[in-house]
Amino acid sequence: MNRRRYVHIAIGVLLLAVLAWGVNRGLERLVAPPATTTSGAGAAATPPAVPHITATLFYAATDGQALIPVQREVPLAEGVVPQGREILLMQLQAAPSPYLSAIPAGTTLRAFYVTERGDAFVDLSGEVSSKHPGGSFTELLTVYAIVNAVTANLPTIQRVQILIDGKEAETLAGHIDLRRPLIRDVTLVRESET
Amino acid sequence: MMGALKAAPIITTVVVLLVVSLLQAQGTPPPTPLMLVSLEGRRPIPTTVLSGQELIALDDVATLFQVTVREDTLAGGITVTYKGRTIVVSDDQPMASVDGRVVTLPSPAARAGRRWLVPVEFLSRALAPIYDTRIDLRRTSRLLIVGDLRVPRVVGRVDIPGPPTRATLEITPASPVTLTVDATRIVVRVDADALELTLPSGGGGLIEQIRPGDQPNTVTVVLNGRAGMARAASMDADNVTRVTIEVPSLNPPAETAAPPAPPVAPAEPAPPLLTATTRAALQTIVIDPGHGGEDVGVRGPGGVQEKRVALDVARRLRGLIENRLGIRVVLTREDDRSVSLDERAALANNSKADLFISLHANGALAPGVTGAEVFHARLDRESQDALRSADEAVSLPVLGGGSRKIDVIRWDLAQARHVDASEMFAGMLEEGLRAHVTMGPRPLQEGALRVLMGADMPAALVEMAYLTNPGQAATAKTESYQTLVTQGIYDAVRRFRSYLEEQRAR
Repeated sequence: MNRRRYVHIAIGVLLLAVLAWGVNRGLERLVAPPATTTSGAGAAATPPAVPHITATLFYAATDGQALIPVQREVPLAEGVVPQGREILLMQLQAAPSPYLSAIPAGTTLRAFYVTERGDAFVDLSGEVSSKHPGGSFTELLTVYAIVNAVTANLPTIQRVQILIDGKEAETLAGHIDLRRPLIRDVTLVRESET
Repeated sequence: MMGALKAAPIITTVVVLLVVSLLQAQGTPPPTPLMLVSLEGRRPIPTTVLSGQELIALDDVATLFQVTVREDTLAGGITVTYKGRTIVVSDDQPMASVDGRVVTLPSPAARAGRRWLVPVEFLSRALAPIYDTRIDLRRTSRLLIVGDLRVPRVVGRVDIPGPPTRATLEITPASPVTLTVDATRIVVRVDADALELTLPSGGGGLIEQIRPGDQPNTVTVVLNGRAGMARAASMDADNVTRVTIEVPSLNPPAETAAPPAPPVAPAEPAPPLLTATTRAALQTIVIDPGHGGEDVGVRGPGGVQEKRVALDVARRLRGLIENRLGIRVVLTREDDRSVSLDERAALANNSKADLFISLHANGALAPGVTGAEVFHARLDRESQDALRSADEAVSLPVLGGGSRKIDVIRWDLAQARHVDASEMFAGMLEEGLRAHVTMGPRPLQEGALRVLMGADMPAALVEMAYLTNPGQAATAKTESYQTLVTQGIYDAVRRFRSYLEEQRAR
């Protein structure tokens, strides 16, 4: 009886040891970098190349009187909607020097989609309205930085409607009518700083 | 006994003459007492009128102004001393010597019993030059103002009995006013210590009376039972604040029922009525002070707020247009309250306004941007479609036979059919403003301005200044800048009215 018990205990200990060894090996594989990257000289510094496109984004001139088109690298995405999303994510980031962003800091992209008619809907977080400094002209720059960024880079889209927190909005800060899709406005655009 | 009887009439005559002469020497009180106004309040001063001259006792002057009075028998006059400075009033010449300088008075000092009386002008001509605080005698309004008090002149009048009855209060120098309107009266509270009032004795039309208010700085316009809800507005120009009051009839004639009897030829020529053919080209203007309530609009450095500048200029503009052009002006908000954009356009449409002006102040991302700018509505594709639809009015049958054409344009795109007139008016605004203030980098623009889109009349939006520029933020709240902007917009309104009248004449 006792011998049987010892055998069972020995088998149990053996199984636990095997299990522990297995888990240990598995964790080592997960944690340790791949053998190729550790052995390859200098390969660790460059991540795998992601294809990019050059998109035209719109920022306020330093004098605040126009939108300036600026070429920026944006990750390539398959299809109009994913590509539009990438363009808008870049547009919402801080402006490259020396320009100013016409979109209030903290504004995030909630959704981007395109209807069958070819109208794009850009759904922005509430900061675009609540943190807006106000004034008709600033509001024009904000609205058309978004509308122009979408229409200039996605030729199939002619009109853009801005939503705030998933809902249709009347205006951003009391001036520009957002109830309907808007077409691109080039009158606000100046080609360069000077 | 007989001798005593004979002497009686003579004694009686002598007594009567004595009493009369005594009364004359005492003088009579003036019909309205002279009112002393000081920081301590108001109180009447005892004066007396003798031979047409209003006199005040030097005893009372001594009490009121803490001066010392003594009779100078050697010099032949009365000496009044205040803090070591001396006035000598002559008892036989209409003059006084004030610290060695001679000033004239309407009459010499006069003795009444044991008291000396001097003309009230003594206070302003002799005492004022040596006194510590200001003494200002305003004879016509019966006020003696002591101290640095703000006591503007207020002249009230009923301009047109009407109805609607129009009245004006002119306050000089210009002073801030608070207007409280209710069904029975309008209370005009002036930011002042007291008022020098010149008010009409009676009222006129629907105004029963314009009288001094319950407080020293208020005037009350009392309405009669036939008066409807009055409107009052104030406007500053040329250092005068003008309060204009319009009182409509409680039951306008247009709303009364038609007479059942057939019309009879009137015995007298009927007063001219406004008919469709004589209706003024520009009868009602709606002025829209942007933002309000929790919606502050642009905040400038120094705490200046767009909503306040917009309301200030709207009030000034209303006063100027109503006073000078006689055009009815409605504001979309009278005070600091939140009004939705749809409500603003709806108010203009329901008021049958002929023109809509939205007032704003601008903001920019860079502080260097300055100047005024004008916007008019831009038609997008959908609005153009709406405009085309509006051309195809639908004819509907109406009760009693016949038909009536109904516009099918969407209410929120009502601006679509006025874009040309709006563009013309915006151009006039730009030119009007340019004559008075600096214009911005884009002085005339078109855009999908939400508040203009629902306005069923020519409409434009004025951005009066960039509050994000520190210099403009400081000037935009000043009376001088606001007056310039008001004048520029007023000029454009006048030009637009002329344009409409020319169009009608063709």
